[in-house]
Amino acid sequence: MMELNTQRMEDFKERYRYLILFAGMAFLLLFVYLWYLQVIKGNDLRQLSENNRIRIREMVADRGMLLDRKGRILAHNRPSFEVFLIPEDVRSNPEVLDKVGEILHLSHEEIGEKIKGPKRRPAFRPVKIKSDIDWQKLALLESNKVHLPGLFVDVRPTRAYDHGPLASHLIGYIGEVDENELKKMGDRVYRMGSLIGKYGVEYQWEAVLRGVDGGRQIEVDALGREIKPLRSVESYPGNNVFLTIDLDLQKAAEEAYRDKNGSLIAMELQTGRILAMVSKPSFDPSIFAGNVTSEEWRAMIEHPFHPLQNKGIHGQYPPGSVFKIITAIAGLETGAIAPDTRINCTGAFPYGNRTFRCWKEGGHGTLNLHQAIVESCDTYFYQVGLKVGVDAIAHYAGELGLGRKTGIALPHEKAGTVPSASWKKRRFGTSWYSGETLSVAVGQGYLNTTPLQLLVLLSAVANGGRLFLPQVVERVEDIYGEKIKEYLPEETGRANISESTLRLIREALMGAVNEPRATGWASALKQVKVAGKTGTAQVVRMASNFKKGDMNRMPVKFRDHAWFAAYAAYEAPEIAVVVLVEHGGYGGAVAAPIAKKVFEKYFNLETSPPVKAEAVLADSVYD
Amino acid sequence: MIDRRLLIHFDWTLVGIVLLIASIGILNLYSVISNGEVTGTPLYLKQILWLAIGLGAMLVVAFVEYRHYSDFAYIAYTTAVVLLILVLGYGIMTSGAQRWVKLGPFTFQPSEFVKISLIMVLAKFFQRVPGRGGYSLRRLSIPFLLLFLPMVLILKQPDLGTAIILLLVFLSILIFVKIRWSSLITLGVMGISLLPLVWRLLKDYQKRRIITFFNPEMDPLGAGYHLIQSKIAIGSGGITGKGFMKGTQCKLGFLPEQHTDFIFSALGEEWGLLGCFLVVGLYFMLIVWGLRIAVQSKDRFGAILSFGVVAMLFWHSFINIAMVLGLMPVVGIPLPLLSYGGSFLLSTLIGVGLLLNVSMRRYLF
Repeated sequence: MMELNTQRMEDFKERYRYLILFAGMAFLLLFVYLWYLQVIKGNDLRQLSENNRIRIREMVADRGMLLDRKGRILAHNRPSFEVFLIPEDVRSNPEVLDKVGEILHLSHEEIGEKIKGPKRRPAFRPVKIKSDIDWQKLALLESNKVHLPGLFVDVRPTRAYDHGPLASHLIGYIGEVDENELKKMGDRVYRMGSLIGKYGVEYQWEAVLRGVDGGRQIEVDALGREIKPLRSVESYPGNNVFLTIDLDLQKAAEEAYRDKNGSLIAMELQTGRILAMVSKPSFDPSIFAGNVTSEEWRAMIEHPFHPLQNKGIHGQYPPGSVFKIITAIAGLETGAIAPDTRINCTGAFPYGNRTFRCWKEGGHGTLNLHQAIVESCDTYFYQVGLKVGVDAIAHYAGELGLGRKTGIALPHEKAGTVPSASWKKRRFGTSWYSGETLSVAVGQGYLNTTPLQLLVLLSAVANGGRLFLPQVVERVEDIYGEKIKEYLPEETGRANISESTLRLIREALMGAVNEPRATGWASALKQVKVAGKTGTAQVVRMASNFKKGDMNRMPVKFRDHAWFAAYAAYEAPEIAVVVLVEHGGYGGAVAAPIAKKVFEKYFNLETSPPVKAEAVLADSVYD
Repeated sequence: MIDRRLLIHFDWTLVGIVLLIASIGILNLYSVISNGEVTGTPLYLKQILWLAIGLGAMLVVAFVEYRHYSDFAYIAYTTAVVLLILVLGYGIMTSGAQRWVKLGPFTFQPSEFVKISLIMVLAKFFQRVPGRGGYSLRRLSIPFLLLFLPMVLILKQPDLGTAIILLLVFLSILIFVKIRWSSLITLGVMGISLLPLVWRLLKDYQKRRIITFFNPEMDPLGAGYHLIQSKIAIGSGGITGKGFMKGTQCKLGFLPEQHTDFIFSALGEEWGLLGCFLVVGLYFMLIVWGLRIAVQSKDRFGAILSFGVVAMLFWHSFINIAMVLGLMPVVGIPLPLLSYGGSFLLSTLIGVGLLLNVSMRRYLF
């Protein structure tokens, strides 16, 4: 046995070398690959291991507040509990989706849809599932947190508008930044899901309102649960913006509108500061800050009265009889008429093959300029228009700011249209017919103005021709109350119109509110003298047999727009107001009482009982 | 009883290498588990206890003259196989597999001791000199039977890793004792033709692991996750490592099975290339030294016995490290002396005891 055993040991010795070689090769492979992983790929893989464990949690900065001129809060931030999921963490624990969905009352599909989210999301960036959850849900989520890897709940500031839809068009709203905005701004400041001003002051003053977001680096375990904080950068809140509006006046104006649609702007005459800016219908800006559903959005867009439009600067309407101010100025300045030029109104004015009608069927009889403005006689201004021609009218319209933007610092202001012969040639390639001048002379035809333009026009008349830049923001302060920027009154021009002409017009405007047979009497106040001009803008051309009472039987969308532009006090002008009631009918009947409410509030007067529409009709004063 | 010459020839080099690796293992284990919630005895203390028991067993195994094991081989083998059957009947289920039996306060894995006893019976079988040109296939039927019986039982647990080790150790011994070239080729062809069948027998999770190995990016958060995280851990260690107790991958739970099969990833993360080279180098020294012992043995039984142990150590260490580096599919094969696990440490040290035994007696006969 022993013999046998020792006999064939050489075989093994002979194999020894090969075995060592084999083992050597095997271990060499390990050495080489270790070298490859740890030396050549070492830095990359270290980066990956850091990415694994280090996550960034944003700390969203508080957005600056919006306040009224007296420092009353219009927009601020309140804490909201927002639920986030990290898709990478959830993918390996799909049951988390069901659990979270159960607590938040979201279906599996809804959560799945949200989690898919934007395509260009960086790895491990949390996706918001729901904002503003209540305490009960918060408690449920927090107590189950350990079993829900990939979930985290964060307190983030949410925009709160305490007065709901009040001044919503001026204040605007914020929403999640979209792809276009991200591309435009670069993603240094904004990231997917950041909130950004989209409309109104929130949009225009975005740069000062936005704070600087901070962030926390935290270490997480393999399930994405926070282990410990590593570093953090504090967020820095944005600046507070003080608007020029007065909350009380704004409220009074909004209330005066009741359920009517249109626009009201009140402005400080000597500074151009906007005191109130109403556009109806309005919207609640807070719905955009949260999760606006596509149905809500569609309802806004498709609403027949365009709630998202700030009618004061976006809406363009024929100015109607308000424009007679311009026609009168053009007549006086060019010398085509004198203050005592008298014209007889028979209720109809035949010109060419057409008959132009005055709003008063029986006619006004013989009038001078003052009376023609007070009673808003159409026939008088047809003839003034014919005397001065469209180009002179266009010139003085331009002098008083029509046909161009006022320059208000709100997005997408419209410029309106002031027609002239050359304008028509450019626009349509045809020459001007003098018949068209008649329409322009009474504020119809191609004429289009925004309510703000008419307000600036009226203010200039009251102000000796000075045109002010309408401003909505008075100053910007940082969180410590230090003034960062102040917006001082800015004169944008001075109309080249003689003071005597302007005085005549002012007297007539005063008469148009306060004299017998005045069209704007519904805005007259005992204590303060109001001066103003009514207007009725036709939406469709009336049939020749149209009767006044027929207006109430017309479909709403074909009814006339009612205008009223006024200022007070006559002796010492402080405030100008323009009122437009869309499809409201006659300016004197509908728009003037709304302006009256604003004057009452502004001058701290007793509010008068609301004027009954029937009472106005009974007086048969319309324009 | 103990020959003085035995002490003179006591293989300090072998024991030195083993103790060095084992110490690194304890240190590494201490770091790896120090993050977890401590409930009961910390794992590294348990491992130290097992190491002490193992070293005792190693010495006992070393000083009993190894030729007695030849007589004892079949008894050991039969006992191990019976224990395997017992495991299937009464074993403890953990994570979907039935591998452990309880023996007093200890639980242990009989499959570990099957490896040693299989080496012993194969050494006994092959100690007789083969005919010219090596063993023929027909003469290999008994060894194949000896392999398949425990292998099937272990696959049923299921424990693919240990079964693979058994197969590899068996094939290594076949090569070592020299089988005919024709037989080798026949075996190869048979093996390859059996592969589809083996594939069908694999559990889903095992199939997934193999598919993932070939394409780990396919499912970075599912089955490929472990592989990717393991590579990240090792690679992020760089040349000098992140430092003792500072491995983030491992501390934050990104590594799977970090104290058993993936212990090497933790080592690589904290000790870097230097630590890895040291440990892999030590394994290589252990293998080379073991092979020397095998070829210097005075008889075939001792040579085959020690070679079997070397083959076991080699395949365990090579496959495990290759696996955590992503060079091989993930199979549950632990790393000798580094991975946590009492039975495995014990069987490894018993194997080392056999090596010592043969080494000490190389001049005796």
